[in-house]
Amino acid sequence: MNDLSPMAFWVTSSLKILVVFSALLAVVAFMTLVERRISAFIQDRRGPNRVGPFGILQPVADGIKNILKEETMPATANRTFFVLAPALAIVPAVITIAVVPFAAPLVTPWGTVGMIIADIPIGILYILALASLGVYGLFLAGWASNNKYAFLGGVRSASQMVSYEVALGLSIIPVLMLTGNVTLTEMVWQQQQMGFWFVFPLSLAFGLFVISAFAETNRLPFDLPEAESELVTGYHTEYSSMKFSMFFIAEYSHILTAAALMATLFLGGWSIPFWSGDHLFWYEGMLISGFTQAGEPVAADPGWWVTVLTFLSFALKTAFFVLVFMWVRWTLPRFRYDQVMHLGWKVMLPTALGYVMALAATILVLDQIGVEGFLFGAILTAMSALATGIFVFVVDQDRLITGAAVAGTDREVRSPVRKVRRPVLQAGSSGSSGS
Amino acid sequence: MVDILFFVFAATAVGGALGVVLLKNPVSSLLFMVGTLASLAGLFVLMEAHFLAAIQVIVYAGAIMVLFLFVIMLLNLGHDYRDDLKRGLGMFTGFAVAGALAGLLVSQLRGVDDTPLAQHFPGPDALDALLAERGIIGAIAHPLFTDYVVAFELVGILLLVALVGAIVIAKRRV
Repeated sequence: MNDLSPMAFWVTSSLKILVVFSALLAVVAFMTLVERRISAFIQDRRGPNRVGPFGILQPVADGIKNILKEETMPATANRTFFVLAPALAIVPAVITIAVVPFAAPLVTPWGTVGMIIADIPIGILYILALASLGVYGLFLAGWASNNKYAFLGGVRSASQMVSYEVALGLSIIPVLMLTGNVTLTEMVWQQQQMGFWFVFPLSLAFGLFVISAFAETNRLPFDLPEAESELVTGYHTEYSSMKFSMFFIAEYSHILTAAALMATLFLGGWSIPFWSGDHLFWYEGMLISGFTQAGEPVAADPGWWVTVLTFLSFALKTAFFVLVFMWVRWTLPRFRYDQVMHLGWKVMLPTALGYVMALAATILVLDQIGVEGFLFGAILTAMSALATGIFVFVVDQDRLITGAAVAGTDREVRSPVRKVRRPVLQAGSSGSSGS
Repeated sequence: MVDILFFVFAATAVGGALGVVLLKNPVSSLLFMVGTLASLAGLFVLMEAHFLAAIQVIVYAGAIMVLFLFVIMLLNLGHDYRDDLKRGLGMFTGFAVAGALAGLLVSQLRGVDDTPLAQHFPGPDALDALLAERGIIGAIAHPLFTDYVVAFELVGILLLVALVGAIVIAKRRV
């Protein structure tokens, strides 16, 4: 019920850091196994099932194998940056999880412990900042390897991440407009107060966020940086052993963070649907469960089991999105590079800008009329559903999302290669150049 | 704790800045610059200017430095075998301009109480009240979109003009 003493703050923070990062790395290890089992299921194979029951110990075996493998270093590589690049890739990927709240606050005899490592006042901006730093690792890996395939992969990853960061930032703005703040704890609280998960009133923002998150994590159908049919494996072609593993861990922790963010921003985070017992928020030095009609905060005293239940809710939502990531990877083919850029700059950026404008206008009008509560959410839901429909069927114009192969095969617009008119060479026609 | 962190960030900021100037390899210089900008963001956090720190990392360390990286890669400057430092008059001009700038900065170091900026500063108590009322981002956003909205929009138009100009110039070559 009360604030933590400095000593308790140090102890709980250290504990949270230790537990969360150990859990993150363990989950990442098991995600590699899950990915292989799911790919096997989709392709009608068995997948790894020899090490331990159901292959559960496969990640351990993989880890031991990776540590024992030889470290290779290309003779022409830039040594410093070649070693530095995996570290630069893994650090932003792992520490992003620090601002994601993963359960309801826990009331202990020493004070209320927020189930988030760092509830910093800039929340989502911290995530955007780290996402923009993630480029360096991949780009430097490609450049320092001194290998043309690795370099192309690095350049592709940098241009792709820079392009989709714009759409990612713009797809978060609608969430900020409904929340009125940038901290993730407040986003969860506002979704509980509104009674709507933001995925409904902001469906188009959710769609844009998911697409950009796929592009930011370099996952299929946006895995151009490591397109194995053209670039061997892209930026980590020259890496072996644990250095390769670090890129792998970075990719999977990116996926985990992106899934956790989707759950927090659009699916209510750790809140449990249709239950008000988990409405908890740290408000001006006290834990509250809501406001009275007069606007007075109501103090709350939840049991420890609320924290456990809300953590399970958060874990379920995150696991769902992780599965979506894997499902998509083994279902969709890879885009062409020009399609990726076209989608990012010419489709998603204008759509996101227009949507932000339209949504802001709608919210302004609703506020002026005085619409509140359920009706407010319902009107926004209808408006966003309409916008999503327009996005998929009009703005995209049968190009990417609804499938490239089916529609409009006879359209000239779809072909990126323009017919080049070549000068006709004729023997003895040099005199006719003046005519 | 805050004091120790201040000296750590200050040392990395100054060391990174020296590295930018002294190293010959452009990519090393660039990474040192990213380090300097990140350290400055750390200093901003120590001063509880969280928003400024985030913007520093997003805009400078994340976006502008990546563009620098692109330019270095596209012009193939990433190797240190070519000595393209300017000597003679160019070096002299460089030192003269840097010296003048340093002199200007040092002349401002004598204290901040009588500068025009300090006279408009409302004082720490008023600032705390503002932060408590509007939050860390609202304290910056609210004046930006009310009192200074004309200047803000003009800057936006200026950037748009620069963008269009760059495209027009580049388009001619393609």
